[in-house]
Amino acid sequence: MSMLIFYILAIVAVVSALMVVTLRNVFHSALFLVLTLFSVAGIYVLLEAEFLAAVQVLIYVGAITILMIFAIMLTYQITSKSIRQVNEQVIPAVIIVLVFFVLSLVTLIKTSWPVSNKSLPGNNTFEIGRQLLSTYVIPFEVVSIVLLIALIGAIIISRQDGPSRPGQEDR
Amino acid sequence: MFETLFPIFVLAFFAVLTVLIMFYLPEILGPKTKSKRKYSPYECGLIPQTDARERIPIKFYLIAIAFVVFDLEVVFLYPWAIIYKDLGLFGLFEMGLFILILLLGFFYIVGKGVLKWE
Amino acid sequence: MLLSIFIDVVKVIVVFAGFMIMIAYTTWFERRMVAFIQSRLGPNRVGPAGLLQPIADAFKLLFKEPFLPEKSNKVLFSLAPMIAFIPPILAVAVVPIGDTITIAGRKVELLISDLNIGILYVFALGSIGVYGLVLAGWSSNSKYSLLGGLRSSAQMISYEIGLGLSVVGLLMIAQTFSIAEIVRQQSGSVLNWYFFKQPVAFFLFFICAMAESNRLPFDLPEAESELVAGYHTEYPGMRFALFFLGEYAHMITVSMVTASLFFGGWSGPFLPPIVWFLIKVVAFLFIYVWVRGTLPRFRYDQLMRFGWLVIFPLTLVNILVTGLVMVL
Repeated sequence: MSMLIFYILAIVAVVSALMVVTLRNVFHSALFLVLTLFSVAGIYVLLEAEFLAAVQVLIYVGAITILMIFAIMLTYQITSKSIRQVNEQVIPAVIIVLVFFVLSLVTLIKTSWPVSNKSLPGNNTFEIGRQLLSTYVIPFEVVSIVLLIALIGAIIISRQDGPSRPGQEDR
Repeated sequence: MFETLFPIFVLAFFAVLTVLIMFYLPEILGPKTKSKRKYSPYECGLIPQTDARERIPIKFYLIAIAFVVFDLEVVFLYPWAIIYKDLGLFGLFEMGLFILILLLGFFYIVGKGVLKWE
Repeated sequence: MLLSIFIDVVKVIVVFAGFMIMIAYTTWFERRMVAFIQSRLGPNRVGPAGLLQPIADAFKLLFKEPFLPEKSNKVLFSLAPMIAFIPPILAVAVVPIGDTITIAGRKVELLISDLNIGILYVFALGSIGVYGLVLAGWSSNSKYSLLGGLRSSAQMISYEIGLGLSVVGLLMIAQTFSIAEIVRQQSGSVLNWYFFKQPVAFFLFFICAMAESNRLPFDLPEAESELVAGYHTEYPGMRFALFFLGEYAHMITVSMVTASLFFGGWSGPFLPPIVWFLIKVVAFLFIYVWVRGTLPRFRYDQLMRFGWLVIFPLTLVNILVTGLVMVL
């Protein structure tokens, strides 16, 4: 039963991910990305990581894809044009992708995937919180710095009006 | 897991069914009169000249960036909040540092006037 | 196994039917109440006190011509009202409508599903709701729709942060995400209500939730005096009504969640739990209508400034104060 659901979710995820890269309308690509992220959230639920699933929807679907959609709408008439899917670097790209594919295939087959026989904690949100604030406290604090840098970077990039207008600070 | 999710799927089934009925029943019941003007986008009586999908102000994008960052902060707060009682003062200090760093970003965007709309 | 499935399905049908009736009658309730506030009578012709008005409206809308504007994106245009309507209904699943009851020796919980991520599930569905507006605005290919959709999505995401942060203080005390559990913690005495422990959080939560459901004074996305009707300008008949009813569904869901989080949900003396629950929900719906009848609309810059510079810092202060009080 759960195997069947997993395969359905996985197929939806992969197919919509393919649509994301092949569709010629970026807006539609963004919406298929939503579908991919949803199926990943479904897989999280299947693995009994409900907290992660909720966060996946909250952050990826509710925030990051909205950001992408805003970025698409920001770009001049990008949605009414169909966009070229390839450029001059098609051959090197194919080679790299093939190498990467083989590498990941080899890794997948060679690795022995250990299955822990410990049972899941009843409510794994508590466990996530406990781990986050004890074992992984340094990464946790670093996250805030990364977020800060992302915020400042985005604002600096988007507010760059060019050197010819020095008096832009007051606006 | 399935016991808790199954009722939600049943509810979703009913909700989707109702919406589909509400959406498509007028196709059968409603009148169908053809007129060219009816199908054109509403523009207070004028004939639309350009595509509606103009560029949007960058303000909205900046708001979305700020939203992503602070939404992440909120998500980090949730697991912290439900175990806060066990953590005590140490937890408050940790999260205080986390929020303080993000507040620097908040003051930065306020200072840069990202949230000004005029 | 079969019996529990049967019970689940029955519960879902009862809650779903009740919810749909509530949506229909909230429209009547709002029109009557706003009318009284404005010294009018409101709809009172169809049935006693106008009680059959929602049914008449539904039939009228069903017999309207449905069409798709020629320049719109047909699939997304159809999808948008559905996305606006479904999430608030799904959110009801985690709200308990009564205490656990015993039927024929079986314990039956009076809620559809006790997810242990309860509140997060509600918020996640709320964040999906933004898509209904964005898609409607974008797919209509009309300038007013696009502006309305854009404004509303920026507004919704701004207030989503306040909404998410305002309950953190409550979660710190409750130590659980499950709404059923939070309600159980508050039962017994009125003084157990989280409203008394987190009054600031309640006001922030309710204001943000009001902004999330695009209600006056936060109904900028459809500001009819400047944007015609905002993101649903191009929608005809029942398709427009889906957005409209989605807003009412959102109102009811917010009232249910607020009543459960801060006002003890179904708990209360003498009367049966479900009656208490409905009284509280209707009280919040009344506040919604009351606010609509009283306050004028914000300007957009005021709205965004209020969300970011007032609500957001206040929620953080609330968390800090709660944290300090709990430690000291």
